[in-house]
Amino acid sequence: MPIQTRGEVVTVRRAGAYSVLTITAPGVPELTRPGHFAALAIGDLNTSGLLLRRAFSIHGVQSRGIYGGTIDLVISDVGEGTHWLLQRRRGDAVDIIAPLGRPFALPREPVSCTLVGGGYGSAPLFMLAEQLRERGCRVDIVLGAATEQRLFGVLEAKRSATTVTITTEDGSAGERGRVTDQLEMVMERAGSEVVYACGPMGMLAAVSELAQVRGAYSQCAVEESMACGIGVCMSCVIPVIGDDGITRMVRSCVEGPVFRGERVRWDDIGTVPADTLGAPTAGGH
Amino acid sequence: MTRAVVRFDTGGDLPAPNVDMTATLSTFEMPSPILTASGCAAAGRELDQFFDVTRLGAMVTKSIMMEPRSGRATPRIAETPSGMLNSIGLQGPGVHAFLEQDLAWLRERGARVIVSIAGGTTQEYEDLAKILRTQEGIDAIEVNISCPNVADRGQVFACRADSAAGVVASVRRSSDPSIPILAKLSPDVTDLATIAVACERAGADGLTLINTTLGVVVDTDTMRPALAGITGGLSGPAIKPIAVRCIWQVREVLPDIPILGVGGVRSGLDALELILAGANAVSVGTTVFRDPSAPLRIHSDLAVALADRGFERLSDAVSFAHREPDLDAVEVDEPEVPEWL
Repeated sequence: MPIQTRGEVVTVRRAGAYSVLTITAPGVPELTRPGHFAALAIGDLNTSGLLLRRAFSIHGVQSRGIYGGTIDLVISDVGEGTHWLLQRRRGDAVDIIAPLGRPFALPREPVSCTLVGGGYGSAPLFMLAEQLRERGCRVDIVLGAATEQRLFGVLEAKRSATTVTITTEDGSAGERGRVTDQLEMVMERAGSEVVYACGPMGMLAAVSELAQVRGAYSQCAVEESMACGIGVCMSCVIPVIGDDGITRMVRSCVEGPVFRGERVRWDDIGTVPADTLGAPTAGGH
Repeated sequence: MTRAVVRFDTGGDLPAPNVDMTATLSTFEMPSPILTASGCAAAGRELDQFFDVTRLGAMVTKSIMMEPRSGRATPRIAETPSGMLNSIGLQGPGVHAFLEQDLAWLRERGARVIVSIAGGTTQEYEDLAKILRTQEGIDAIEVNISCPNVADRGQVFACRADSAAGVVASVRRSSDPSIPILAKLSPDVTDLATIAVACERAGADGLTLINTTLGVVVDTDTMRPALAGITGGLSGPAIKPIAVRCIWQVREVLPDIPILGVGGVRSGLDALELILAGANAVSVGTTVFRDPSAPLRIHSDLAVALADRGFERLSDAVSFAHREPDLDAVEVDEPEVPEWL
């Protein structure tokens, strides 16, 4: 059950090309599981001209301490809304709804898990790594980004994983190339049975395919633009195959953001595949 | 380190103003004039996590069609100044799944319900009305006629008086006579009053004013339209003056028709503005995306605003902006002229 609350900014600190916002959210840490996200309103609820909430996966939570429950969100200054958020200072109010969405499913057995993050998509993976290790799982992490500045959480990864593999497209850190260039080797070495991934759609598609080829399960958290984050606006839909084998346009915010990789029709995202339930017939709708 | 002050919204400390907030749309009476808007609240389950949906005037459900419908490709939304553009394409589970899952839940929850229906042909609307006739727990039907008419090269029903009236007449004929029918009109017409009058003559018990107004956003990075559907419906505070204008114009020609006002409401004063222009009740739409608990806040703020203006009943404020100028004349005793003048 999500909570809507008026959060107060505790800190905004730089982390490479990104910033980490710590904000009070009483009651939220206790409910949060890895993969959950928060939806933040931009500006004052009654006067702001920016109407759509911005969604961020929850990077970390502190349930006790002097602020009485805070959450950490990783934010990239890419537009007017995120820019406003990053200009907030200690004590400023931001309306927040969290935790939202369907979190990562955790294995019941202590199996080997590989975690893959693209850019700041890695934000939810460290909380996940911690919980997997508590269950006795082996955890290997692969982080990739365009440049070293755009990696997120390398130090945290080193604290929580058996091995950490870094890739950058320009070679400024780790191996030159993409996470998927290294993933097969990492999975082989670790004998991984489950892959958890969060990042751009293209990366998720490649990770999901590789996992399937290797007979591993994959849990992918998608980054889809949302207006409300709570399941009423129907804007964040992607084509997903259900238990009955039928493809439906499914809301990323409530049925996701975490999906089983093999259920998502990655190549068809941005379209309505012809065999989708209720797809337009000739003439369209 | 100084400790941050954590403030909480307490709310509910002030005594509720003594204003009768009863609202009526034809024969449907509600304890609150604040409703959700079709397409902005799904079927209520999601919002019930944030507030008790039985406290709403009514839940207006997302438009339902006969068959399941995937809706359009993404991107489906774009943010605009004080608004948003959407092209969802009436995604929905079809009427049978709606009755089994959504209406059943609303009924069990005890919410008042206005079911919105949509169709590609007049026959589809009629078939939907006949199916709804067999159901309990429906307080009114809203007819979304801003849908492409398959028989008219995809022109929406709402853009012509004859096609709009045709749908309204067949839904009225096929529905339980005790259930009010509201026709939801589009502002994208040359002469809204004519279409409103045609709908009223065709048997509409009330009108919902307004649906979204069409727009296009071009993405300056991709240099293509931002929405997969190219055109989309503009909503949010940006369109409030258009909603007020439409309500005003229709109220001028139809002094007694029940009007459910909708368009850009995010505060109690916004709701009051629509009511003063002629709305008997008000739907909160896009604001719910931003602030899911807004409907109850707007209800309380509206009650305060009415009390501040000396209204004892919400119904006395309906259309108040249309009053004759001489009603503002206040009798003032001649001031005594001081002796020294």
